Amino acid sequence: MTEMMIEAAGLNKYFSDFHVLRNIDLQVKSGERVVLCGPSGSGKSTLIRCLNGLELHQGGKLAVCGIALTNTRRSIDLVRRRTGMVFQNFNLFPHMTAVENCMIAPMRVRGLTREEARAVAETYLRRVHVEDQINKYPAQLSGGQQQRVAIARALAMSPDVMLFDEPTSALDPEMVGEVLDTMTEIASEGTTMICVTHEMGFARKIADRVVFMDAGAIVETAPPEEFFTQSRTPRAREFLSWVMH
Amino acid sequence: MFQPYTWNHVFFMLGGLGTTIWLAAIALVGGSIAGSILALVRVAHNPLLRNAARLYIFVVQGTPLLVTLFIAYFGARWIGIDVAPVVAIAVAFSFYAAAFLGEIWRGAIESVPHGQREGSHALGLSYADAMRFIIVPQAIRIATPPTVGFFVQLIKNTSLASVVGIVELTRTSQIVSNATFKPLDVYLTAATFYFVVCFPLTLLSRYLERRLGTQTK
Ligand SMILES: Nc1ncnc2c1ncn2[C@@H]1O[C@H](COP(=O)(O)OP(=O)(O)OP(=O)(O)O)[C@@H](O)[C@H]1O
Ligand SMILES: [Mg+2]
Repeated sequence: MTEMMIEAAGLNKYFSDFHVLRNIDLQVKSGERVVLCGPSGSGKSTLIRCLNGLELHQGGKLAVCGIALTNTRRSIDLVRRRTGMVFQNFNLFPHMTAVENCMIAPMRVRGLTREEARAVAETYLRRVHVEDQINKYPAQLSGGQQQRVAIARALAMSPDVMLFDEPTSALDPEMVGEVLDTMTEIASEGTTMICVTHEMGFARKIADRVVFMDAGAIVETAPPEEFFTQSRTPRAREFLSWVMH
Repeated sequence: MFQPYTWNHVFFMLGGLGTTIWLAAIALVGGSIAGSILALVRVAHNPLLRNAARLYIFVVQGTPLLVTLFIAYFGARWIGIDVAPVVAIAVAFSFYAAAFLGEIWRGAIESVPHGQREGSHALGLSYADAMRFIIVPQAIRIATPPTVGFFVQLIKNTSLASVVGIVELTRTSQIVSNATFKPLDVYLTAATFYFVVCFPLTLLSRYLERRLGTQTK
């Protein structure tokens, strides 16, 4: 039996009277890699942030890692322990070194000792190839290195689902590749991933499915080849012609 | 008829300086404890607590310090608490400092970028842990220069305690001035004492501002 990692049914969300998410149905199986794309303002960030309770939804059902997310403190805490998130702006803790950034949650949330947490942190920092930089502060790292540390920090909690919100959009072009390579490696290890990105080459390479959103609704869902070559909706075709250049 | 202005007078004023520093130190310690609680309550989720803290800050900041001192001085007797006036005044300064430090620190906590909270929460850190390990350490850096600046103001404001008869530096200066009739010499000495205490703090504040400014990119 394949476990369902994300099950959203009829999900709705409003920012006061603005309807941001409209009847979202989304199911993601364990090990599946989903790329979420769509024009700016279509609600991609809002959707992915609902998945770990950074935004609260107002209607419909949502279960993450088998836990019903009901906007209660307890369900949100449970879900956050099992999901990792990588942000566009890294959100590394500037007063902590790379390795300390990766140790704090294992120590405080999983209750590991300092030594155990350090071992875990070093393992994941090695996996994202920043093992030479672990004692540097974020300000001393390049953008690409910072984002890879942020990925290691999320992985250090051994999440069941990894959420990425445009992880390469804030990077200088020459650093995009190294972060995408790291993400490709993580994808190849069978991690369940939901990734908001406009990097269509990356989507083609790793995604099992591309989900296209427009104006708060999921408009089209298709395997990448199909989505890129024969998308059904005009909105998706318009979007593709725009991002491909 | 007037005494000559002698070293004895200067030593007497030094004693007053001691009381001044003592008052400021009590206010800083008391104000810091109450101020940090106020700051945390001001950013808490509970609207009742949040508004109570706001009201407190509103009232204390909206009352002249001198009036607060009078209230503490006469109020302590009136409600039958038998404390030395200097203690009542130290407590009043603490309440005063708490209101200002609370606001300085609330501002510092709120100026830590929102992404830091989201980063903490996404990792599963609790509200308390996010505050303790992520937000407050960064807020302290932001708050240090204005806190030191406020402390300098506080030391100077303790001169108001002379009005309710606390024998601190300004009051000792008045006494010496009346006895010697050399007000200019006496008050220049007092100004020098205030300066010697406050100037290093001003320098420290500038230094911290520069150092912390270069650390955060
Ligand atoms: N906190 C908020 N309050 C009010 N409106 C918001 C808020 N956050 C987002 N919105 C609005 O909701 C809509 C969806 O925003 P969202 O950030 O999810 O879009 P997005 O698809 O991620 O866009 P982008 O590609 O620009 O990141 C936008 O119109 C945005 O202005
Ligand atoms: Mg977005």
